[in-house]
Amino acid sequence: MKKLINRPEDAVREELAGVALAHSDRLRVHTDPHYIVRAGAPVKGKVAIVSGGGSGHEPMHGGFVGPGMLDAACPGEVFTSPTPDQMVAATKAVDGGAGVLHIVKNYTGDVMNFEMAAELAQAEGIAVEQVVIDDDVAVQDSLYTAGRRGVGTTVLAEKICGAAAEQGRPLAEVAGLCHSVNANGRSMGMALTSCTVPMAGRPTFALGDNEMEIGIGIHGEPGRERRPVTSAHEIVEMLTRPIVDDLPFRRGDAVLAFVNGMGGTPLMELYVVFGELHRFLQGRGIAIARSLIGSYMTSLDMAGCSITLLRLDDDLTALWDAPVNTPGLRWGA
Amino acid sequence: MSGTITERNVVAWLRAFAEAVTRKRDELTDLDAAIGDADHGINMERGMRAVAGKLADLGEPDEASPGDLGALFKTVGMTLVSTVGGAAGPLYGTLFLQMGSAAGARAELALTDWATALEAGVRGVQTRGKAALEDKTMLDALLPAAEALNAAARDGVPLAEALRRSADAAEQGMKATIPLVARKGRASYLGERSAGHQDPGATSSWLLMATAAETLA
Repeated sequence: MKKLINRPEDAVREELAGVALAHSDRLRVHTDPHYIVRAGAPVKGKVAIVSGGGSGHEPMHGGFVGPGMLDAACPGEVFTSPTPDQMVAATKAVDGGAGVLHIVKNYTGDVMNFEMAAELAQAEGIAVEQVVIDDDVAVQDSLYTAGRRGVGTTVLAEKICGAAAEQGRPLAEVAGLCHSVNANGRSMGMALTSCTVPMAGRPTFALGDNEMEIGIGIHGEPGRERRPVTSAHEIVEMLTRPIVDDLPFRRGDAVLAFVNGMGGTPLMELYVVFGELHRFLQGRGIAIARSLIGSYMTSLDMAGCSITLLRLDDDLTALWDAPVNTPGLRWGA
Repeated sequence: MSGTITERNVVAWLRAFAEAVTRKRDELTDLDAAIGDADHGINMERGMRAVAGKLADLGEPDEASPGDLGALFKTVGMTLVSTVGGAAGPLYGTLFLQMGSAAGARAELALTDWATALEAGVRGVQTRGKAALEDKTMLDALLPAAEALNAAARDGVPLAEALRRSADAAEQGMKATIPLVARKGRASYLGERSAGHQDPGATSSWLLMATAAETLA
C-alpha cells in the first residue's frame, strides 16, 4: 500500500486537522465528537442542513459545509458511518430554531445511526426531519435488499436544499424539496480499479488488468457485473441506458448531468465521458441544462466514474444556480 | 461450579470478547471484504478496545460492593454506539442497551435472568435492523443462541452446559449463513453473489457467544 499518510489509524484525525487549518475562514472542526460546522453557526431562523457519512468520499460531505450548502457534516471512520453522538452534537450546534434536516445516504449503518440520532435530538426538543437518498439504479429496489444506495444525487440534494434553506424556506418545505430531488435523480457507477482502505492495507477486491466492475458502490463493494474493459462510448451507454429507462427520463426533459470521478480518475477522462453522455442524451432528445464534472463523491483511490441525471424544473434550476461558498463547491459567492 | 453470573464473570467475558475480536480482526475483515466493505474487524476492534478502556477505568470488580450489571451493560452499549460506527455500532450497542434494561440493577444473574436479558437484547437488534432469521446477518447466530439458552433454562440445565449449548447454536447459525443470499446490509447489493460466503456479523456474534461460554460460568 502506497499512501500519503502517517499511520493508517491517524489518517482521518489528521485529515480533519488539515481541513480546519485550510478553511478556518468558512468552517470549524469540532473534535470529540468529530463534526465540521459552518463558521457563524447557528444561523438564527434558518433551517439547518446536516449530512454525514464515512470518510474517504471527500470532498463529500465536509467539503460541502458553508453558506448555500451544509451547516454541518459528520465524518465517520473510512467507509464507516459516523455515530449518533456526533450527529446529535452537530444538530445542536447548528439548530437556529427553525429545525434541522438530516440528509442520509441509504446504507444500513448510516440509516440506523441517523435514526438513533434523530430519536435523541427530538427527545431534546429539536425539530428534525430526515430524508434518505436512494438513487443508485444498479441495485434492485426490493424487499430482498437493503434498497438502493445513496450516491451522486446526494451532492445535488445538499446543494439544492442548502440554497432553499438560505432563502428562508421552512423545514417541511426543504424536506419536501429533498424528497423531490431524490425522486427525480438517478445514478450508476463503474470502477476500473478497486480502492485500498488505509487500515486494511490492500485492495478491497481484485480486478484483472482488463476487467471493470459495472454497478459499483462508493465503498468498494463489488458491483453486479464484471466485464472486459471497453471504450468510454460503450461504458457510458452501459451506465446511462439503465438510468434513463428507470425514471424514465423522456424526450423534452431538461437535466442536470453530473459526471463524477471516483477519486483516481483524471479529469481528462471525465470530460471524455461527459462528451459521450452529451451525445447519448442528444440521441434521446434529453437536453443537458446544467452540468457538473469532477470528483465530488469519491471512493478513496478508486479509478472509475459515476453518472447522475437529475430532471430539472425552474425551481430546481434556480436553486442550483444560487450562490454557494464551500471548499468543495463554489460559485456566485 | 457457580450457578450464577457475577460482575467478575461479565467483566471477564467482555475482556475475552475484546481479545477474540483483536485476534480475529483480519478474519472478520476478510469475510466482510468478500461481501461487504472490509471494515467489520477494524470497527469491532476499535469498539471493544474502547469498552476495555472503560472497564479499566471502572477498576476491578470488588466483591465487597455489589455491582450493577444493568448499568454495566448500558455503559458497554453506549460505548459501542459511539465508537464502532457502521451498522455494527447501533446493532451491538442496542444488544447491550436492551440487555442492560432487562437485567436491571442486579448484582448477579441466574440462568433464567441471563436468558431473559439476552432475549431482550436480540429482540432489540431485530427491531433496530428490521431483519429476520436467514437474512444472512448477525441474527442468524444470535436468535438460535438466545433460543437455546431459553430452552436450557426451561429444562433446568446447569449454567455451564446451557452456555455451551447457546454457543453451539450460534456456531451452527453462523455456518448456516454460508449458502444464504443476503437480504439486509451491504451484502444484499450482491444478490446471488453473496451466497457461498460466511456472514461477518454472524461470525462476530458467534465469538460473543463462544466467549460467554468460556467466562460466564
